[in-house]
Amino acid sequence: MKQHISHEMGMHTEQLAGRTQQRFFSPEEEENFVYPGSFDVDFNKRTELDAGPLDAKQINLKLRELMSQGYGTIVLKNPGAKHGVAVGILNRLQLYIEGSLGYFGCGLIDGPNIRIKGRVGWSCGENMMAGTIIVEKNAGSTFGAALRGGDLVCLGDVGARTGIDMKGGTIIVGGRTGAFSGFMMQRGRMVVLGDAGKNLGDSMYDGTIYVGGKIADLGVDAVPGEMTDLDVAWLNRKLKLYGLETPNGVENMTKIVAGKKLWNYDNLEPSEKKIVL
Amino acid sequence: MATTGKAAPTQPKSLESVKDIDHFIKTEGLDTAREKEIGQHIGYRYDVNLVPDYSRLTPFLKTYMETMGWDDLNWLEDVHLGYEEGRAAVFDRNINGWVTVPENMKLPDNQQDRDMLARELLIKFQMSKRHPMVDLRKAYKKF
Repeated sequence: MKQHISHEMGMHTEQLAGRTQQRFFSPEEEENFVYPGSFDVDFNKRTELDAGPLDAKQINLKLRELMSQGYGTIVLKNPGAKHGVAVGILNRLQLYIEGSLGYFGCGLIDGPNIRIKGRVGWSCGENMMAGTIIVEKNAGSTFGAALRGGDLVCLGDVGARTGIDMKGGTIIVGGRTGAFSGFMMQRGRMVVLGDAGKNLGDSMYDGTIYVGGKIADLGVDAVPGEMTDLDVAWLNRKLKLYGLETPNGVENMTKIVAGKKLWNYDNLEPSEKKIVL
Repeated sequence: MATTGKAAPTQPKSLESVKDIDHFIKTEGLDTAREKEIGQHIGYRYDVNLVPDYSRLTPFLKTYMETMGWDDLNWLEDVHLGYEEGRAAVFDRNINGWVTVPENMKLPDNQQDRDMLARELLIKFQMSKRHPMVDLRKAYKKF
């Protein structure tokens, strides 16, 4: 049987025993602003794609093909609320989606700026790494689940468990958010201009939630935090980027942070460490 | 609004007592009795909730933002300069590990400028052809 290329590259010869590699920055590193191997696209090179007759896989492959041809601006027409569209784009790109998306739209992206004219289903921007997504209407549940980075914006209302398990990035909700938003949040920022449902920030380990409206109630270990001048400056700047504002001013938003009572690493980690050593 | 506790400060508890910016370079960061007992620092060695001060943006980062078509630091807002084993380092999520800052590099005297430096170094490393992801991509890419 032919061995996988990773064996030929010697990736399986190293004896793994704890920390086996150390990486250092090289001051002589050449300056690149995009990932090696990414497509060289031009934002001024624009095209349209009719997604009507295509299924999700065909749409995603077509987007990739267009990027490989240097198109930096793509208008996707007739998405038809299909699931799993515009996922895994690891490139700089301006993508305009003229319609609504189904489940898991725009997941796992790293770099593109996406604007969606319609609504989105569950888990839009799931595991997003970088870039921006703007949804002009409403979004379903688990909006930005496990978000790692970038800005995920919904100008309307969103469902429950927004930003569940988010590990970075910024989620902005122009309207209301449902119950258990920020559940098990580990870092990043969530900004809700309207009201927040029950159990906001339940079991959050870290990160920050700013709410402009009413909070139904807080979850376990979510506590009010102190709004700083830096928070206010950051909020003003960020909301302006997306043409949003809160009726009472960002200074009067409620800031929620983790109470850090769930941090039990000191009980667990030493035993793990001993096992490793 | 129902609340369940008193207001929490911006700084995490583990960093409240840290006054010296070089605390985690000069010491092992074992400050509390529990940390001394278990022999390791508890929590992060930087404030993960610290938002960037945009007046301190570097020219390199401005060019990066422009290249990507972003009006702000985007995902880099979550990147801070941390400290690993007494060395300044940045966590690279793509390799799930710390990347150490060259020892001879002079660090700024405040966390905001240090964070900007960390962001700059991380971009240079991630976009480099010698980044470990380049080999992984060669080995495992599907299309």
